[in-house]
Amino acid sequence: MSTADGARRIETAALARVEGEGAMHVRIRGDEVLAVELRIYEPPRFFEALLRGRALEEAPDITARICGICPIAYQTSACQAMEDALGITVTGPLRDLRRLIYCGEWIESHALHLYLLHAPDFLGYESGFAMAADHRGIVERGLRAKKAGNRLIEVIGGRAVHPVNVRVGGFYRAPERRQLEALRPELERCRDEALATVRWCAGLDFPDLERDYELVCLRSQRAGEYPIDDGRIVSSKGIDVAPAGFDATFEERQVPHSTALHARVRERGSYLTGPMARFDLNRERLPPIAADAATEAGIGEGCSNPFRSIVVRAVEILFAFDEALRLIDRYERPDRPFVAYRTRAGIGHGVSEAPRGMLYHRYEIDDAGEIVAAWIVPPTSQNQRSIEEDLAEFVAANVRLPDDELRRRCEQTIRNYDPCISCSTHFLRLEVERE
Amino acid sequence: MSGGRLLIGLGNELRGDDVAGLLVARAARGREHGGIEIVEAGGEPVDLLAAWEGAGAAVVADAVASGAEPGAVHRLDAAARPLPAAFAAPSTHALGLAEAVELGRALGRLPPRLTVFGIEGTAFAAGAEPTPAVLAAVAAVAAAAVAELGGGGGRRPPGPGRPAARPAGGAPARATLRSRVDPSAGGVG
Repeated sequence: MSTADGARRIETAALARVEGEGAMHVRIRGDEVLAVELRIYEPPRFFEALLRGRALEEAPDITARICGICPIAYQTSACQAMEDALGITVTGPLRDLRRLIYCGEWIESHALHLYLLHAPDFLGYESGFAMAADHRGIVERGLRAKKAGNRLIEVIGGRAVHPVNVRVGGFYRAPERRQLEALRPELERCRDEALATVRWCAGLDFPDLERDYELVCLRSQRAGEYPIDDGRIVSSKGIDVAPAGFDATFEERQVPHSTALHARVRERGSYLTGPMARFDLNRERLPPIAADAATEAGIGEGCSNPFRSIVVRAVEILFAFDEALRLIDRYERPDRPFVAYRTRAGIGHGVSEAPRGMLYHRYEIDDAGEIVAAWIVPPTSQNQRSIEEDLAEFVAANVRLPDDELRRRCEQTIRNYDPCISCSTHFLRLEVERE
Repeated sequence: MSGGRLLIGLGNELRGDDVAGLLVARAARGREHGGIEIVEAGGEPVDLLAAWEGAGAAVVADAVASGAEPGAVHRLDAAARPLPAAFAAPSTHALGLAEAVELGRALGRLPPRLTVFGIEGTAFAAGAEPTPAVLAAVAAVAAAAVAELGGGGGRRPPGPGRPAARPAGGAPARATLRSRVDPSAGGVG
């Protein structure tokens, strides 16, 4: 629509629950892109304050509330940071369980995004439910995958939403082997379907956009293991540090247009975390079924087109089902469901791979086990600069598209990252302003 | 739960008025509800498709921001028609209740009877307290939801034109809102 100052601005019409929490603003003069600004509300800032003065044991459950879609990521990073501060390590079947429940989260989060949010972009539908009428089979497959992921979380975590069974040092109760065995038939079926989905995704039509990102993710210290729950922080441009090195390697900066902080590599710039980074830096660690599927899908040599991230997510869903089955195979119920510890003062760092990227937690605790300071860096704040840079490049190359089409493509570009715009109250408003 | 009756309270504990649906579920548990199943949901609305699978009748209670009077209660027949945009969550990251309902409709996965009660909220910031108008509406919505499902001592579910809920001290019915949101709404408290 035209505004009094002659600029053109378009907004999505849907109502939002909370104004001003997540929005994108694109300003264009002629064919020149003047500004691309993503404004993201960040729940962790509120939670960091909430955590101060609480017992260290409360951190996993409190931070799990930051995101309704990735509570396990928050619980895992929080547990690992506390365990680092306390000087304990979780190994054996307890560590396997941690990885197994995390597989459930990757599956359900990736399935929601791939089948119901991202696929409609490629097929020209406004929404997942509009797509469901014509592609019922694929949507049903997505819901089955999501349900299987939820079920895995429920069996290990006690319930699917905000699991209650995770604790510092492990779990309150370890599941019986037979409980996990019972999941096998459905996981096997879903693994077969996930393979079909990789092939299906490979046939989608991808817009051109190649970017030279600095890719950042974890690399497991165990040979042949794809990163999920722990590892060293590595990058495509030479970073290789333990989680404790996060602060010295990355910095968060205030930007004028957003209340969220933007993370960057110190003295270098933006970076990308998430499925594309994990895949590119660890693809030789995928099991054969996932590695072969990636090769068949045309990304065997890597992937630098963010629109192809949907294929990478499909590969990771396949991997997660396969990994879950592998972990169930070798599971023996531990005698004790957690590693005991003595409370002591300290600083601890924890990093894990949330579905949408690396999630860093740092806590300082006193000798009574009370949290003195908390610092949480979610994946979306790390990716914000990359998202803006993608958008600037994409808009510059497509500036003559009609506003509606440009907006749709910008939304698709943002969705490449599956960003956590606002985990708890949901929404994105997009403005395109032409001068 | 083949043919069963289900009340789902949807919300987020830590986001002010967004807790409304959870409070309705808790209030319903605390009263005579005739054995209906009551669950609290706080994650991702697509999971509701699994939650109401096989149910004969379901009620979802949720907070809503449509611009109506704070504490106003919307009663919507989601089995009959799509929910208004105020129940949608335009997001890159998740689907809202309205989208979940439409997905269920497209896949033939809606309960034969599905009613949504929305309590109009105004404060959704992280750490905000629920507002008095929303708190005042909770008990009446719980009673209406239970009645809708035939619980609560055999009270008749509210039919068209009869008020479903009137929160204590809340605003009177707002006909303009009702006609905009759902022409056949049973009542707006």
